[in-house]
Amino acid sequence: MASIAIIDYGMGNLRSVAKALEQVAPQARVFVTQNCHDILHADRVVFPGQGSIRDCMRELARWDLIEVVQDAARSKPFLGLCLGPQALLDFSEENGGVECLKVLPGRVIWFSELHDPVSGERLKVPHMGWNQVHQVRSHPLWAGIAQDSRFYFVHSYYLQPADEALVAGCTRYGFDFASAIARDNLFAVQFHPEKSAQAGLRLLANFAAWRP
Amino acid sequence: MGLAKRIIPCLDVDRGRVVKGVKFVEIRDAGDPVEIARRYDQEGADEITFLDITASSDDRETMVHVVEQVASEVFIPLTVGGGIRTLDDVRRMLNAGADKVSINTAAIARPEFVREAAERFGNQCIVVAIDAKAVHTEGESLRWEIFTHGGRRPTGIDAIEWARRMADYGAGEILLTSMDRDGTKRGFDLELTRAISEAVSIPVIASGGVGTLDHLADGVLLGKADAVLAASIFHFAEYTIEQAKRHMQARGIEVRL
Repeated sequence: MASIAIIDYGMGNLRSVAKALEQVAPQARVFVTQNCHDILHADRVVFPGQGSIRDCMRELARWDLIEVVQDAARSKPFLGLCLGPQALLDFSEENGGVECLKVLPGRVIWFSELHDPVSGERLKVPHMGWNQVHQVRSHPLWAGIAQDSRFYFVHSYYLQPADEALVAGCTRYGFDFASAIARDNLFAVQFHPEKSAQAGLRLLANFAAWRP
Repeated sequence: MGLAKRIIPCLDVDRGRVVKGVKFVEIRDAGDPVEIARRYDQEGADEITFLDITASSDDRETMVHVVEQVASEVFIPLTVGGGIRTLDDVRRMLNAGADKVSINTAAIARPEFVREAAERFGNQCIVVAIDAKAVHTEGESLRWEIFTHGGRRPTGIDAIEWARRMADYGAGEILLTSMDRDGTKRGFDLELTRAISEAVSIPVIASGGVGTLDHLADGVLLGKADAVLAASIFHFAEYTIEQAKRHMQARGIEVRL
């Protein structure tokens, strides 16, 4: 039986992620774990996260998970969610500046003062709610998901990958930012597929079936 | 092209059962939170808010089970309000599958609670609920004050100041209810909504008074709300959420359809 490990390092509730994966991949064994051995032996790995990046990096270190995450992100189907993809980059501006996992080149930047370029209205931060994701290239995880489908977002910092080739999807909030990044066996999204109704469930189903 | 304005149906839950009689056609059990949440999800609700009105704290645990059941089947954001007083209350609801908790009375009793909850669990999951009422004093300009106990007890706190302070303390969102309009079906207090929305940089959900679909659109266009919350117009099947969204779209508002 194929297994999907959801990495639990104390950053946010993972129950919804697990329930959504169980729903779309009933044949898989979905489990939430902080055990290095379990993560390294799982067929697929989900790296979620909520809260602040400082706490995220501290907890990863405390659970001795830094190398495990870096290894899994380079070796097997790997899905980053929300704070997960931020942690995968080099550095985040949050909490006065935090060094991250450096799996992918790039930085995480605060939204700061945002205005709508057309109306001039101030945009609220956090960027919260359903926004469109433009698929800038085809990818197995986009299969069956209409171009510009809406997903649920909630974040105040955004991904700025150093290499344009990493961008798999982008979203407009005052300007265009990378809302999905991908390389080889890795796919990571700023939004919450587990809270994004049918489009989100489809993305998770695609991940459960993905053979990079 | 961009962020959609949200429509959020709100359900009152007493000891695990939805009250105020939701009337859907073809629904087996009008009091079952799971069945109702599933229906709202199918109609295109952007989020669902549960307000726990259970009087006895002994029965509060029931709400945790309700959230667990709903979150196992309905994959859109869930907010839970009512009786959230401690960090442990917040943790239990988030672990059960809620995405956000809404804090009201406990914030007024001890504002630091909002800061602590936001630091512990992240701003994104802390909603501060504000119940405000207009107060008219001779020779003074219109202002709004925070009320508790269903709008009966004044606190003397200015609503705009309070909203700013809660945003500073780390609230990720404000759920603003006009106690003057709640239950009247006369529409949101648009002046209040706009004043609060312009005073803070975080999203504001307008609540209280929706009776027509135009009221929802007005909340966004005139009240500058980022989301609109309503109960009775959806519960009694006067309108579906999809109808509401089509109406808002026709008035030029970006929605998720």
